[in-house]
Amino acid sequence: MSWSTAGLASSTLLASAVEFVEAFTIVLAMGLTRGWRSAIAGTVSALVLLAGVAVVSGYALVNWFPESLLQFIVGTLLLIFGLQWLRKAILRSSGLKAMHDEDETFREETEAARLAGSETKAGLDWFGFVVSFKGVFLEGLEVIFIVITFGLNAHAMPTAIAGAAIGGAIVLVAGLLLHRPLARVPENTIKFAVGLLLSTFGTFWAVEGLGVFKAQNESLEWPGGDAMLLVLIVAWCVLSWVAIRVLTPYGKGRTAVPVLSKEAA
Amino acid sequence: MKRFVFGFGRFWWDFIVGDDWKIAAGVALALGVGAILAAETSLSDSAVALLTGAGIFAVVSASIVGGAVAANRGR
Repeated sequence: MSWSTAGLASSTLLASAVEFVEAFTIVLAMGLTRGWRSAIAGTVSALVLLAGVAVVSGYALVNWFPESLLQFIVGTLLLIFGLQWLRKAILRSSGLKAMHDEDETFREETEAARLAGSETKAGLDWFGFVVSFKGVFLEGLEVIFIVITFGLNAHAMPTAIAGAAIGGAIVLVAGLLLHRPLARVPENTIKFAVGLLLSTFGTFWAVEGLGVFKAQNESLEWPGGDAMLLVLIVAWCVLSWVAIRVLTPYGKGRTAVPVLSKEAA
Repeated sequence: MKRFVFGFGRFWWDFIVGDDWKIAAGVALALGVGAILAAETSLSDSAVALLTGAGIFAVVSASIVGGAVAANRGR
C-alpha cells in the first residue's frame, strides 16, 4: 500500500468516524426524547439527499474540469477545510478553545428537545425530524466532501468510500451496542489527526494544481514525488507542536479541567 | 430568492472557510503568488512547489499565532 493510499484510507475512516459520532449523538437525543420514528425518518432523508449530492458533485467535478484544474480547486478547498480543523485542534490542545464534549452536546440537545413545542407534519414529530435531518446532513456533508476530494484526486474512489463506510459502521455498531453518546471516543485527538492529513494532502494537491497556470496545463511535480507527502505531514506536525508550545501559556486556566482529563484518558 | 441565494452562499462560506477567514485569505495569497511564479517565471517545478509550500506554512503560522494573541488581548 502506497503512502498516498494509506493516507487516503486513514483520512476518510477517521473523518467519517468522528462525524458519525457527532451525528449519532444528535439522532440519539432526538430518538429518546421526541420518538424514534421521526429521528429515523430525518436520518434516512438526510442520507438520501447526501447520496444525491455526492453523485451530482462527483460527476460534475470529473467531467467538467481538466486534471490540473481539478487538483488546484479540490486541493485548495481541502487545504482551507483541513486548516480549519487543524487550527481548532491546536487552539483546543493549548487550552484556548473548549474541548468538544459529546455528553454536554447530548444534554443540550435533549434539553432543547424537551422544551420544544409539539408540531406534527406528515405524521412525524417535526422538531425531531428536522433536528435529526440537519444533524446527519451537515455532519455527513463533511464526510462526502472529504471522500470526493480525496477519491477523485488520488484516483481511488473505492478506497475513499470504503474508509468512510468502515468508519461509519464502527461508530454505528458501537452506538447500537452502548445505546448512549460515544463520549469516550477521543474526538479532539482524531480531529487533530484528520486536520493534519487534510492539510498535508491539500498542500500537496493545491501546489501540484498550480500547473494549470503554465502554458502546457500539466500538473507541477514536487521534488521526490509522492515521498514529499511524508515531508509535508512531518512539517505540519512540527508546526502544530510548536504552535501548541507557544500558545499553551496563553490558554492556561481557560479550558474546563474535567473535559481535558477525560480527553487524556 | 435573494434570501435563498444569500443563505446558500453563507452556508458554503461557513462550511469551507469557517470562523477564521484569515487562514483562507493567507492560503489564497500564497497560492496566488505560486500561480504567478508558475506562469510568469522560468523557475523549475520543484522550486515553485517548495516556495509555495513554504509560503503556505508561513501564512498559516502567522494566522494561528495572530489569532491567539488577539484572543489573549480580549481576556
